[in-house]
Amino acid sequence: MTEPRVKVATCSLAGCFGCHMSFLDMDEAIVPLIQRIEFDRSPLTDIKQIGRCDIGLVEGGLCNTENREVLHQFRAHCNILVAVGACAINGGVPAMRNHYPLAECLAESYLNGVNVVNPQIPRDAELPPLLEQVIPIGQEVRVDYFLPGCPPPAAAFMEIVSAVLEQREPQLEYQQRRFD
Amino acid sequence: MTEKRSFTLDQQEIPFQPGDSILQAAQRAGVYVPHLCFHPDFSANGSCRLCVVSIAGKTVAACHYPARSGLQVTMNNSRLQQQRLRLLQLLFAEGNHFCPSCEVSGSCQLQALAYDLGMTHYHYDPFYPQRPRDGSHPDFFIDTDRCIFCDLCGRAGTEQDHKPVYRLGGRGEQTRLLIYSASGKLGDSRAAADDKAAHVCPVGCILPREGHYRDPIGERVYDASPIHWVGNRRRDQHAAPAADSAGDPSHD
Repeated sequence: MTEPRVKVATCSLAGCFGCHMSFLDMDEAIVPLIQRIEFDRSPLTDIKQIGRCDIGLVEGGLCNTENREVLHQFRAHCNILVAVGACAINGGVPAMRNHYPLAECLAESYLNGVNVVNPQIPRDAELPPLLEQVIPIGQEVRVDYFLPGCPPPAAAFMEIVSAVLEQREPQLEYQQRRFD
Repeated sequence: MTEKRSFTLDQQEIPFQPGDSILQAAQRAGVYVPHLCFHPDFSANGSCRLCVVSIAGKTVAACHYPARSGLQVTMNNSRLQQQRLRLLQLLFAEGNHFCPSCEVSGSCQLQALAYDLGMTHYHYDPFYPQRPRDGSHPDFFIDTDRCIFCDLCGRAGTEQDHKPVYRLGGRGEQTRLLIYSASGKLGDSRAAADDKAAHVCPVGCILPREGHYRDPIGERVYDASPIHWVGNRRRDQHAAPAADSAGDPSHD
């Protein structure tokens, strides 16, 4: 008899997908793991709508309104929500723009930047408006666990998923607690 | 016959010399007490409060509390560790500590204490304060985003270099690292490459311009071993001072 599989959803908000790459960095360890988990919405499956899930792994902070919408969907559909990586936890490198007003950042990129041709600030209905500041996901919704690191090591992903499978609290060893 | 001078720190007997603080005596005995703003060469400041210990139910800073015979000092219990964790999280939240882009990541004492205390997140919403940077000096770059207001640079300047260069100004949330020069820039100050004040920063605020990213990940000061084993050490300190190393590995 096969055990019920744990449903896992993942997404990258204001992140670089580096955390997703690190998840895959567990190499062959993913083979036995994949027998016990099933991916729902994730860039790994290309499923666009999230269903009921056991674990939501959220990479990246919030930099625009779409990030905020996706995060609330994840919180509503996932029993356990995990902030994955420096950006989800404290805004990370994208939050370095918080030093400057949003209008100044846009002007630097699209109006006054070096080699800018036909200067204009992009405005399109399909582009989600940027938030004034990049914020960590814990500032918007309740977060159950945090995996620090840029990115968190593959072993940390393994530990959080294994802990849920085994119905115990995750324990991150010294080597798995990285901020860089 | 002279009376034996000692107190107990988590049941371990610690001898002390007249004038010692709890922290000084513990360091001399090779017992690691968590700290950021203390340095054995300079007067105690007491600003980081990470050296909190409990004496007769009272929480005090070990760097300021005078050692006395017969004291029973508690350093590692879950309540004090939780207080240290929250203090660290406040330090992270009130600055701009972007470890992935920091030159001293892996060899940073603030980060190392966070690793050691099992910190995974800030707990508090980040302040994202606006703080200036200063690239006016040929040997050093100042990134006050990372300053934790320990005043080690200020004390080293006053007590060893005998020239004022670095000072803390303002109060509370508005506290800032100030440079003593007409323009407020380091380039116009009396700062020199071999100043002790420039080589005592426990984080990445006063940065030498050269020598970064040479240690591969895995070989940086705190990559393999926690700070309570390694002691408070900077990357440019090849051997840790004896009193500040060889902590007791049982304190986790």
